[in-house]
Amino acid sequence: MNKLNLLKPNKENLNTYLYIGSFLFFIAVLDVFLGSFFQINITSFLPNFVGFILPLILGVVGLHLIRIEFSGIPKLDLLNKNINTNTFNAILTLLIIFVIIKSIPPIMSWFIIDANIAGDTKEACTGTGACWTYIKIWLRRFVYGMYPNELQWRINISFFLLIALAFVGLIPSEKLKKFLTLYYVIIYPIIAFILIYYLISGGAFGLEWVETGAWGGLSLTFIVSFFCLIFCFPVGMFLALGRRSTLPTIRYISVGFIEFWRGVPLITVLFMSSVMFPMFLPEDFFMDKLVRVIIAISLFEAAYVAEVIRGGLQALPRGQYDAAKSLGMGYWKMHIFVILPQALKLVIPGIANTFLALVKDTPLIFVVGLLEIVGMLNLAKTNPKWLGFAMEGYVFAAIIFWIICYAMSKYSYNLELKYKTER
Amino acid sequence: MNIKKIIPQLVTALVVILIFGFFTYNAQINMDNRGITFGYGFLSQESSFDVQFSLIEYDGSHSYARAYLVGLLNTLLVAFIGIIISTILGVIIGIARLSPNYLIERSAAFYVEFFRNIPLLLQIFFWYFAALRALPLPQDADAIFGVSFLTIKGLFVPRFVWENLDIFFYSIMAAIISIIVIRNYARKLQENEGKQLPVFLISSGLLIVLPLLTFIIGGVSLNFEIPVIKQLSTTSFVYEGGLGIPPELIALTLALALYTATFIAECVRAGIQGISKGQKEAAASIGLTPNQVLKLVIMPQALRIIIPPTTNQYLNLTKNSSLAAAIAYPDLVLVFAGTALMQTGRAIEIVSITMFTYLSISLSISLLMNWYNKKIAIKEK
Repeated sequence: MNKLNLLKPNKENLNTYLYIGSFLFFIAVLDVFLGSFFQINITSFLPNFVGFILPLILGVVGLHLIRIEFSGIPKLDLLNKNINTNTFNAILTLLIIFVIIKSIPPIMSWFIIDANIAGDTKEACTGTGACWTYIKIWLRRFVYGMYPNELQWRINISFFLLIALAFVGLIPSEKLKKFLTLYYVIIYPIIAFILIYYLISGGAFGLEWVETGAWGGLSLTFIVSFFCLIFCFPVGMFLALGRRSTLPTIRYISVGFIEFWRGVPLITVLFMSSVMFPMFLPEDFFMDKLVRVIIAISLFEAAYVAEVIRGGLQALPRGQYDAAKSLGMGYWKMHIFVILPQALKLVIPGIANTFLALVKDTPLIFVVGLLEIVGMLNLAKTNPKWLGFAMEGYVFAAIIFWIICYAMSKYSYNLELKYKTER
Repeated sequence: MNIKKIIPQLVTALVVILIFGFFTYNAQINMDNRGITFGYGFLSQESSFDVQFSLIEYDGSHSYARAYLVGLLNTLLVAFIGIIISTILGVIIGIARLSPNYLIERSAAFYVEFFRNIPLLLQIFFWYFAALRALPLPQDADAIFGVSFLTIKGLFVPRFVWENLDIFFYSIMAAIISIIVIRNYARKLQENEGKQLPVFLISSGLLIVLPLLTFIIGGVSLNFEIPVIKQLSTTSFVYEGGLGIPPELIALTLALALYTATFIAECVRAGIQGISKGQKEAAASIGLTPNQVLKLVIMPQALRIIIPPTTNQYLNLTKNSSLAAAIAYPDLVLVFAGTALMQTGRAIEIVSITMFTYLSISLSISLLMNWYNKKIAIKEK
């Protein structure tokens, strides 16, 4: 057996190094694990500070000992290459592992173990963890706002229909395929508007009228994002074309419009729509608060969409324009059939980002007094019967928003891959 | 000029003019009906409302114009602190995303995906209403390093009390100027004779020694005023002395910085990834040290990609700071477009001033950016 050199591990005593190293590493992790999960301090005989730093030292030494290049064991090589390239990396690795181990028990106990969900009053929450009873009782309000309970089926049905109608494009029928764009750009928004106007709002066909002030919660988030998404896209497209136009008047107007909206925060735009805009309209003219908000957000996001689409238009080689023109196409024909399909394909990620920003901006409508989910949370938080559960509410809303946004970003990534054409 | 080009322009211009005319006409009628006249004269009137947190002296007897200034300064303060923290955090996370260490890379990715996909307003509410409300009351707070207190009423830190501060500033300015001179001299020396001066050592030495000298011979002195808890009644305690940072400011900057850092991290990552590997290898092969490779070859090119989108993020942060209104931090929107508007009822004037302020900040920075982009663009032959 060769002499062991603990400072410089080498291949000759591979197994010895491996055993000592992994043992030390194991002890380090075990110490933290026991301390965190079972409150057992196996190093209690040591001074406080030493006991605290000991796992790190043991771990670093352990990882140092198993850092052997070209050991011939594939798994060990992979481990060294990925988390254990040098001492600095080893320390970071250990810190991350320790933080994860340390943070699991408190998070688990808050979310599940010590949490309460039974009962329907505040008194049911006795544990030290989260009080999901609060979410359970208020769930209806968080999803439907102040919409009357017995009428909520109308929201459900219209959302169900809207989702079902959105999947029409998946039915492959060669004959109808050329109408798909027309359907999505013009017919679908109209159907959506009619559905929401007559079904959710009511007031006709014997359905009870529900004013928009009562709408709220997650369903309002969806309604606002949905309409803004539908409206801002065509407006943004025209603005982008306007900015690239050779006609100076149109170009300057588009530039001015885009730069104006991009330069101001959304909150001031909403302020404008609520306090300044009514001054600009005839006195007897009434426009619903929700409609004003949707118009304001749509124009605001349209400016961002316009800039994204302009990026796509600029990225297209000149040859595409020349080729289309040489075929005798006019301005609109050229753009609809040659330029826009290619440009839009290029900017899918950018557009998806703008739409994500739109969804994340919807909570701002609290400025004009519309309460979507975050607004409802703030309302519920101040209810005297349910004081002190702000954390649960925000965590709940954060989870919902996170799922929506993460799903959207993953979907856009897939779209990007799907439409990626070799150029 | 043919007719096909003139007609669309005429129509567009006409439509825009008609819309503006319609709005102005209605605004005129509405204001006449309410008996108010358009004008910015109200700015010099006494505001008669108070603002909780202000960087300059302000109370109800000051004018609306002063209230505007208070709001603007508070907005800029949040933006400034937020930009610094988010840049530091964003650069670290961005570099961590490129780490060969799997765990570090995943942690950074987790951070980015987590904070990016939750609305900023929700994060601000979370910090303000949930996280910071869990802090101890002033009388129960433990001292951090013996001098600072983090309580539900905010963060209380020692205040610097300077004497002859101006001399100190002059010394720093002198140090910076001499560093620039030395750098130029060192560059010339290297280009002409190939000699290298330890520029970094000299500059850091100058930056430390010159200000220190002012303490010894310049009569500059620095004292700390440590916050002390004081009992007002049996249940109410306040801190006296020191510098109090309100919880609104903490929650807002924290949320803004954590949120914007995710975007800056992505910019940094894209910038570093955008440099082809060949650049690094080529630089190494002509004998540059790893530090020189980073400083002279990688960073100048990566910064060209990083800086424009990052400036955009800074602008977004500044605009997002208007969310302060949601947690009652007295920024421009809350003080001016909120309180002042409620009191005067001058919707058109106040909203237009507020928007114009944000617009001029944004436009001036984008103009600066366009100039910078032109300056650093690769000059292709």
